[in-house]
Amino acid sequence: MHELGVTQSLLDIALHHGRQAGAARINELNLVVGELSSIVDDSVQFYWDMLSEGTIAQGARLNFKRVPAELHCHDCAHRFPLNHQEYICPKCGSANLTVSGGEEFFLESIDVDLDET
Amino acid sequence: MPNTIPVVENILSANDQIAAQTRARLDRDGVLAINVMASPGGGKTSVILKTIEALHDQVRIGVMDGDIVPLDLEKIAELGIPVSLINTGGNCHLDANMVHGALPSLQLDALDLLIIENVGNLICPAAFKLGTHLNIVIASVPEGDDKPYKYPAMFKGADVLLLNKMDLCEYQDFNVDYFRHGVEVLNPGLAFFPISCRTGEGFDAWLDWLRDRVAQRSSVG
Repeated sequence: MHELGVTQSLLDIALHHGRQAGAARINELNLVVGELSSIVDDSVQFYWDMLSEGTIAQGARLNFKRVPAELHCHDCAHRFPLNHQEYICPKCGSANLTVSGGEEFFLESIDVDLDET
Repeated sequence: MPNTIPVVENILSANDQIAAQTRARLDRDGVLAINVMASPGGGKTSVILKTIEALHDQVRIGVMDGDIVPLDLEKIAELGIPVSLINTGGNCHLDANMVHGALPSLQLDALDLLIIENVGNLICPAAFKLGTHLNIVIASVPEGDDKPYKYPAMFKGADVLLLNKMDLCEYQDFNVDYFRHGVEVLNPGLAFFPISCRTGEGFDAWLDWLRDRVAQRSSVG
């Protein structure tokens, strides 16, 4: 729902780093997005196409690397993805679990052309 | 010539920077700020009203409300509490910029506790830091006992959890153990208070907890 503002922040960060590196064009953005971040890829791409128009990042491709949230069993050390229904270890039935990962939301890198040729 | 430039920057870093400015301002004035989040109808305003009624003789309280109409805020203002409406224009969450912009509308150095009522939503508000010290999440019995499983980010980021409308437990198939297990996995040791705004059940324990937090803050500030 709030992808417009998020996409604007993303564009600002990409342009800042692109300019700093002396890029003529930004071709791709590599994003890392955890499962617990409430972001819809298609929606970001939609706003991206509008907001990036007329910048050196116009038409750049957004690559989303999705990071799952994982549950970790303290009794048998099994790791498994969060399933949103029950938090029980499928291997040993233990309820002694903690969650890790899934909250990532950052721009990892950008692929750029350094000159016009 | 194609090149990969490493960036590794949080996409919400601009929001986080503004949140940090707000936090510094609150700390300077010795105000404890709490971010109250819940679904629409979960009981944010009721909890806030009841908390103010119980504490306003001992604690100087101000309220910011992210809303589209001042209905809730009028109820709070009737208690003689300074209030500030952040008109969200239908936005799904408050962000750091909205809160920072509203700071001048309250006299912060005359407050001990600033209560910020977020937009009713269990998803988006979890992602945006406001600069507050504590996240208060309110769930309620009629919403169902599966909320920690459906909205893990909100419960994972909470500093205290109130389960409201406990008086309705006898009419609902709400499994408190199932609910609490989901919370415990996401947020081990989270302070948890089952309450009812209607009957007052459990409210004293929540008030004691909050009073302690305000007292700790004041002694630091």
